[in-house]
Amino acid sequence: MLRFLGKRILQLIPTMLIISLLIFIVLDFMPGDQVQAYLGVGSEVSPARQEQIREQLGLNEPLPVQYLLWLGRVARGDLGRTNIYNADVSDVIFGFIWNSFLLNIFALIFALLIAIPVGIKSAVKKYGLFDNFFTVFSLAGVSMPTFFFALILIFLFARNIDWIPLNGMRTPIMAVRGYESLWQNITDVGRHMILPVTVLTMTSLATLTRYTRNSVIEVINQDYIRTARSKGLKEKVVIYKHAFRNALLPLITILGMWVPALFGGAILLETVFLWPGIGRVLLNGITSQDLSLVMATLVFYALLRVIGNLLADVSYGLADPRVRVK
Amino acid sequence: MTEANVEEKVNAPRLKPEGPWKIAWKRFKKNKIAVVGGVSFILIVLAVIIIPMIYAFNLWRDVEGVTTGQLIRETVNVDLRAQEFQLANSEQPPSRENLLGTDRQGRDVMFRLFYGGRISMMVGVLSAFLTVTLGTLVGGVAGYYGGKIDAFLMRFAEIVQSIPFLPMMMVISAAMRWVPSEQTMLVVVFVVGILSWPGLSRVVRGQILSLREQEFMQATEILGISDTSRIVRHLLPNVLAYIIVSATLGMGGAILLEAGLSFLGLGVSPPMPSWGNMIQTARNSTVFQSYPWIWVPPGMMIMFTVISVNLLGEGLRDAFDPKEIR
Amino acid sequence: MRDTRDTREPILEVRNVKKYFPVSAGLFKKPFQVKAVDDVSFTMYKGETLGLVGESGCGKSTLGRTIVRLYEPTDGEIIFKGNDISHLSSHKLKYLRQQMQLIFQDPYSSLNPRMNVNSIVGEAMLTHKLVKKGHDYEDKVVEIVEKCGLAAYHVNRYPHQFSGGQRQRIGVARALALNPDFIVADEPVSALDVSVQSQVLNMMNSLKDEFGLSYLFISHDLSVVKHISDRIGVMYLGSLVELTNKDALYENPLHPYTKALLAAIPEPDPRKIKKMEAIKGEIPSNINTPSGCKFHTRCPYMKDRCKEEVPEFRELEKDHFVACHFAEEI
Repeated sequence: MLRFLGKRILQLIPTMLIISLLIFIVLDFMPGDQVQAYLGVGSEVSPARQEQIREQLGLNEPLPVQYLLWLGRVARGDLGRTNIYNADVSDVIFGFIWNSFLLNIFALIFALLIAIPVGIKSAVKKYGLFDNFFTVFSLAGVSMPTFFFALILIFLFARNIDWIPLNGMRTPIMAVRGYESLWQNITDVGRHMILPVTVLTMTSLATLTRYTRNSVIEVINQDYIRTARSKGLKEKVVIYKHAFRNALLPLITILGMWVPALFGGAILLETVFLWPGIGRVLLNGITSQDLSLVMATLVFYALLRVIGNLLADVSYGLADPRVRVK
Repeated sequence: MTEANVEEKVNAPRLKPEGPWKIAWKRFKKNKIAVVGGVSFILIVLAVIIIPMIYAFNLWRDVEGVTTGQLIRETVNVDLRAQEFQLANSEQPPSRENLLGTDRQGRDVMFRLFYGGRISMMVGVLSAFLTVTLGTLVGGVAGYYGGKIDAFLMRFAEIVQSIPFLPMMMVISAAMRWVPSEQTMLVVVFVVGILSWPGLSRVVRGQILSLREQEFMQATEILGISDTSRIVRHLLPNVLAYIIVSATLGMGGAILLEAGLSFLGLGVSPPMPSWGNMIQTARNSTVFQSYPWIWVPPGMMIMFTVISVNLLGEGLRDAFDPKEIR
Repeated sequence: MRDTRDTREPILEVRNVKKYFPVSAGLFKKPFQVKAVDDVSFTMYKGETLGLVGESGCGKSTLGRTIVRLYEPTDGEIIFKGNDISHLSSHKLKYLRQQMQLIFQDPYSSLNPRMNVNSIVGEAMLTHKLVKKGHDYEDKVVEIVEKCGLAAYHVNRYPHQFSGGQRQRIGVARALALNPDFIVADEPVSALDVSVQSQVLNMMNSLKDEFGLSYLFISHDLSVVKHISDRIGVMYLGSLVELTNKDALYENPLHPYTKALLAAIPEPDPRKIKKMEAIKGEIPSNINTPSGCKFHTRCPYMKDRCKEEVPEFRELEKDHFVACHFAEEI
C-alpha cells in the first residue's frame, strides 16, 4: 500500500513541473510590462534603470532559462513580489486562502448536513414527491450560473434586511478601527458570510444530494439489505445501520477529492460578493497583469487539483485492493 | 423464453427490422421529460434564429429606397447595425416598443438578448464540437493502437485534466485581449474546447478497448476488412452514442463557462452581446439596482437553455443505455 | 469408415508451431511466457473434419486462431495448400482470407449489433470485390443465408432480433461468404441449447459436403466432437497428446489423458455400471509448465523418465499418433 502511495506521490512531481511550465509559457503571451509591474504602474524611471531591472529580473534570458530561474526561486520559497498588494506573493497567497477556506468549509458542512438526510430519504421513497422535488432542485442547481443566483439573492435582500450585508467580509469602519472584542469580530464576519455561504451551499447541495441518493439506491438494491429486512429488523435500523454505512463509502471518496479544493476560491462568487479570497486575488492579478502573482496563484490552483486527483486515486486504492496490485 | 419460442416469434415474416438507433429513438420518445427538454431546446434555437431576423426586418423595412432583395439580404444577415445607439432612449423599462426595455446605450434589450443568444449558443455548439473532435481522436487512437501510444496519450490527458479550468481559461483569454470583439467568441470556444476533451477521451478509449475484445471485431480481422473500414463502420457507430450524449451535456457546461468568463470580462467582449456579458452590466450598481430588465433576462435564458440541454442529454443517455438504477 | 488415407490430399500442415504470450512481471523483470501452444505438429486433409478437444486453457482456441493467422506463430511453420503462411505480410494475408475462415463461439458478441444480416454476411464480399453492390450482391447474400437455414426476409433484420442458434447460422453464413476451402470452427455450438446444437451441426455437415470444405472443429465437449469429426486430436496444456481417427480413439485410446477423459464421460444407461475415475490433481499453470511430459503430475502411470524427457509425438500404429513414453505398455 505504501509503495502504491509513494509511486503516486512521485508522479506528482513531473506532472506539476509540466503544468507549471505550460502556465509559464501561456503567461508569456500575456500583455504587460514586468518592469512596470515591479516598480509600480506609472512610475517614471530612466531607460537605464529599466534595463537594469530587466537584467535583475532575468527578463532578457530565453524562456526556458527564465522558467528555471523561477523554479529555483520557488525552491527557495521566493514566489516573487506583487505590486498591487505591495507584499511578497507567498504572504498574499497564504493570507488570503484562509478567507476562501472559511467560506468553503462552512458551505461544505452545511451541504453535507442537508444532503445526506435528503439523499437518503429520496432514495428510500424513490420517485415520490420528495424525491421528485429534489430532482428538480438538483437539476436547477446544476443548470443555473452560480454568480447569477448570487446576484438574484443580493437583489432580493437589498432592500429588506439591514442585518445581512451584501458584500465584503467585514464592515469597513469596523475593519479599519479594529474590533472591540473577539465576539464582535466573529459576528461581523459571520453576518457577511451568510449570503455567500448560502449560494455555495446550494450549489454543492445540487450535486451532493444526487450523489448520495444514487449511492444509497445502489446499496438498497443489494441482496444483503433484503436479508436484513427478512430478518425482521426495523426499517429504520436497516437503513441507517446497514445501508447508510456502505453508501457512505463512495461519498467519502469524493469528499477526499474535495479537501484540497477547499483552499481554492470560487472565483465568480468572490467577485460578486467582493469577498477577499484567493479567487479575487487571481482576478486582480490578471486584470493588473501582475505576472508573478498570477503565476504563483495559478500553480497553486493546479497543485490543489493534482493533490485532489491523487487523493481520489488513493481512496479508490483503499476501497478496491485490485487497483493497488497493478 | 426458450429458444423455440423466440424462433417462433422471430420467424414471423411481418416483423419489421429494427436497428439499435430506432430502438433508442422509441425509448427516447417514451421519456416525456426528455422530450420536453428536446422540444424546448429546439424552440430556443428557433427563437435565437428568428427573433433577431424580425428586428432586422423591421429596421430595414422603413429605410428609404430599400429594395426587396436588399431587405431580404439584410434580414438574413442580421448584424449589429440592427441595434442602434439611441442614447436619448436609454435605460427605459419594458414598454410596448421595447419589450424588454433598453440598456444604457439605448439598445433594445430583447434584440440583444436573442442575438446574444445566438452567440452564447454558438459557443456551446462549437466548443462541444471541438471537445468531441479532440476527445474522440485522442481516445480513439489510444484505444485502437494501445501500447506505448495509449500510455503516452493518457498521461497527456491526465495532465490536461489537472489544469485548473476556470483560472487557466481566464489567463488564456487575458492573453488574447487583442482579439476584436466579433472574434472573442472564437477565443472562448477555443479555450473551453482544449481544456474539456480529456473526459470524453477517457470514455471513448474505454469503449474502444472493450469493443476490441468483442468477437465481431476479430471477425472483421479474419474477413480481411480494411483498417479504415473497421474504425469507421464497426467501431465508430458503437461509440457514437456516448459521443452524442457527451456533446449534448458538454454544450450546457460550455454555455455556463462562457457566461462566467464573459461576466468577468474575459469572454465575449462588448459591443458583441452574449448572455454572459449582458449579466456583466450588473457589476455596475446603478444597473444592478435600478435596471434589472437588463441583466435578469439573460440569466433566465441561460437557465432555461442549460436545463433543456441537460434534460435532453440525460434523456438521450437513458435512451441509448438504459440502466435500471435511476 | 472413410479410409481414403492414401488418396487424400493434405490441405494444412502444422509443423512445430509454438505460440507464447509474454506477461509482464514488473518493471524491470523479464516477462513470463504463457505457453499457449507448445510445439504442435499435425496434418489435415482435404474434405475431413478434424476435431480438436481438450479442457479449457489447453490452447486449442489459440491454435485455431494462429492457424488462420489472427496471431502470428512464435515459432514453427504453417503450410496451407503448400504455401508457408506463417509470416505473411498483411498485404498477402488479405488474399489468404478468402480461403480460410473462422466461426466464433459466442453468438452474442460475434455479430456487430449495429449491422443488419445483409451487411454482416455481405461486407466481406464487397471488400474483396467478389461482387458489386446491387442485385447480384443481394441475391448472393440471400443464397448463402438460405443455405444456412434462414429465410430471405431475415436479411434486413438485426442480430438482437434472432435467437442464439440463428445467430450462429448467421456467423456460419458470414464465414461462407468468401467461399473458403478451410474453416476453423471455434466451439461453434458450445453456447447453444442442446436441442439446437444438433441442428447446427447437421447444417455444418451438409454444407461441408456441398462446398467441399475442411473443418478444424474445436470443442471441449467430447460428445459433440464424436458426432461430427472424422479424426480427433486431444490437447493438453498446449501440446497434442493423441491424434487418430474417431473410432480408434474411442475404442483404443493410447494416451493416459485420453483414457481418463473418456472414462469421465457419464454413462446414461443405468444398467451399464461404469467405473469412473477422476483424474488426480489440477491443471498446472501455462507459465510454469511441468518438466518432461506435461501430464506427468497427474498421470497414474508416471515413471522417472516422464519427469525428465519430453515424449515424442510418434505414430505408434497406423494413423494413430501419441505423445507418451510408455504408450505400448499401458
